[in-house]
Amino acid sequence: MLSYILRRVLYAIPILIGVNLITFALFFVVNTPDDMARMQLGAKRVTPEAIAKWKAERGYDRPLLWNDAAAGTGRLTQTIFFEKSARLFVFDFGAAEDKRDIATEIRARVGPSLALAIPVFLVGLAVNITFALGMAFFRATPLDFAGVVLCVAMMSISTLFYIIGGQYLASKLWHLVPISGYDSGLNAAKFLVLPVMIGVLSGVGSGSRWYRTLFLEEMGKDYVRTARAKGLAETAVLFRHVLKNAMIPILTGAVVVIPLLFMGSLLSESFFGIPGLGSYTIEAIQGQDFAVVRAMVFIGSMLYILGLLLTDLSYTLVDPRVRLE
Amino acid sequence: MPVILVTDVLVWLLVAATIGYAAYCRRHEHLAAPWRRVFSSRAAMMSLVVLLAYLAVGLADSLHFRSQLERKDPSAPVAYSNDVTSLLDLAVGGLRARSEKTYSAPFATRLYAKELTEVPGGKSVRDYPRLRHGGAHLKDEADHGSDVATRAFGALAVAFMCWVVLGWALRGFARRHAGVPWGAAYLAFGLLLAVAAPAFTLSGSYHVLGTDKVGQDVFYLSLKSIRTSLVIGTLTTLVMLPLGAAVGIMAGYFRGWVDDVIQYLYTTLNSIPGVLLIAASVLMMQVYIDTHPELFPTTAERADLRLLFLCIILGLTSWTGLARLLRGEALKLRELEYIQAAHAFGVSHSRIIGRHILPNVMHIIIISLVMDFSGLVLAEAVLSYVGVGVDPSTTSFGTMINNARLEMAREPMVWWALAAAFWFMFVLVLVANLFADAVRDGFDPRVRVGGGGA
Repeated sequence: MLSYILRRVLYAIPILIGVNLITFALFFVVNTPDDMARMQLGAKRVTPEAIAKWKAERGYDRPLLWNDAAAGTGRLTQTIFFEKSARLFVFDFGAAEDKRDIATEIRARVGPSLALAIPVFLVGLAVNITFALGMAFFRATPLDFAGVVLCVAMMSISTLFYIIGGQYLASKLWHLVPISGYDSGLNAAKFLVLPVMIGVLSGVGSGSRWYRTLFLEEMGKDYVRTARAKGLAETAVLFRHVLKNAMIPILTGAVVVIPLLFMGSLLSESFFGIPGLGSYTIEAIQGQDFAVVRAMVFIGSMLYILGLLLTDLSYTLVDPRVRLE
Repeated sequence: MPVILVTDVLVWLLVAATIGYAAYCRRHEHLAAPWRRVFSSRAAMMSLVVLLAYLAVGLADSLHFRSQLERKDPSAPVAYSNDVTSLLDLAVGGLRARSEKTYSAPFATRLYAKELTEVPGGKSVRDYPRLRHGGAHLKDEADHGSDVATRAFGALAVAFMCWVVLGWALRGFARRHAGVPWGAAYLAFGLLLAVAAPAFTLSGSYHVLGTDKVGQDVFYLSLKSIRTSLVIGTLTTLVMLPLGAAVGIMAGYFRGWVDDVIQYLYTTLNSIPGVLLIAASVLMMQVYIDTHPELFPTTAERADLRLLFLCIILGLTSWTGLARLLRGEALKLRELEYIQAAHAFGVSHSRIIGRHILPNVMHIIIISLVMDFSGLVLAEAVLSYVGVGVDPSTTSFGTMINNARLEMAREPMVWWALAAAFWFMFVLVLVANLFADAVRDGFDPRVRVGGGGA
């Protein structure tokens, strides 16, 4: 087990290097730092001096991969690749456009992100499973059909509309909760109720339809027929046998997203003004803050790889037949 | 003078390819059978009718030209307008030009905001001014309601008559091609007519869905957005498909180091959060466009190329799912006897892949093609909101939502642009989802054998 985990962690290293190379290529090779400077400075203020100053302030005035001017190991380390990309491996993200340290900013923003993402994840899972179980219980009846139709209809609505509609109804029309904002500690609850509900609602369509298929697949198996033949009640079959076995794909499927909860939700956070990592990312994209985008890409891929590892481990935990080699 | 935009060419090529594929399918029973199963579903036929209507609007909007300016002097050289217009602009007749000053509600005759106007006698009054086009033909504004009703009713009556006549004319055709639920398609067509006919008729004299901040007709904007959605939904798969198919089949078929390299590649790409990868690529594209203005002579061409780039970026970032599916399938297929036999006969790898593997994974490719469409339409709106979507000058549902969102705070609320974008998008995505489900059920061998499942 331990050696397996170790091997997987080692396997993550080439992937992270690959991610690093892709972002490096995207940010520095496709477009030179000069292009970025011109874009950031705006058309009016572009002079060679301004560009040079912009690059020097951000450390983009170095060569890309190989510094001939430096001596010894400096040839490798005093380059953009080493300073900007390789340093991500030791969580040195550098500073954002507003000169603030990205790592400190990220630490401060993880809390609000999780405060939104974890309830959405847990409540969403519970709601989806309940809804799917209900449809599976009433399978092949008009109730099941109506449920599926509702799911497809809900899947067809853009998340943007869930958020806009929710804000309009709950905040503007009924004045139940503030339209956006955030507060520390328990006071945050009143700001979080609506985003959590909307987050859950927007995922119900695809989630419960997917779980329904899993349940139905499980119900077609032989052990279910045996259970029915023994004369078990339908509810007992459903809750004691089907639910347990269908939980395997559901839980292992959910595990992969757990680490990504740290990244926050892009849309909800920016609409509801929650100072989390999702809104940080959006602001960085909109403000063309390349350093922040780079950092978030790196963190995101790391968390994704962690999610894959956790998924494989969770297989062994919920299903003892699976052995890791 | 025709203007040839790159996406137009690709869209029409795609249409030609689809027609070619359909003709090919007709001649081969094993290819036509799954489609016949698809078309025997009621939901599929109804959604297909609506999809075709959207497609018609999108295709009409994919024929661009610059109209000829009127010549005062017959001997002067022919001059062309700088505006790039499309066949759709012609079809909806001047809807593009009939703009107001600013917001106006659907069917309104007056502007949404009060303005200072001079009245005869030298005094000025703050009032809602009359619209320049919406209901301008009305002599008395009191007739407003009855005028709308008469026009709508007239259009409905004509549409109903057309519907009945068409149904009568086609009943022989439907009888000859039994097995397809023509009734459902006919019903969907009727519903579509009942909505579209009054809307198009009334759009001639009113702003059916109101106007936006700069006074553009929202109905017109919604129609224009359809093309953007369709282009993104289809051209992206055009990029994704060959890449995902080639890479996935190669990985499964050759195994060994090829498989290792490809798996590494797609795990790496997959591990970068999708939105961020797209955002990073689009940011870089934006820098490129900004620093090379000489490559893009007109705004329309720049916007068009940006749309194409967006499709390519979306395609390059989303082929991994298809590749993984095909890899698994190819791994299974390569062990089968007939492929082993082909090996033993000395058939080359490229021939085995082309003749034996590819036809047997075709159903997966088609299913994922139609399944991805609705997701891409939804993604466009989100990306445009984040600011990494289409060019701001391109009309799309994303830009419509984005512009309208800021007006939520107004009192009374400006709701029509949001509502228009919502309904147009919802119907498109819904029918795409329903059609995709039918295609999956028709093609998926598991569904056929088991009979169970969804």
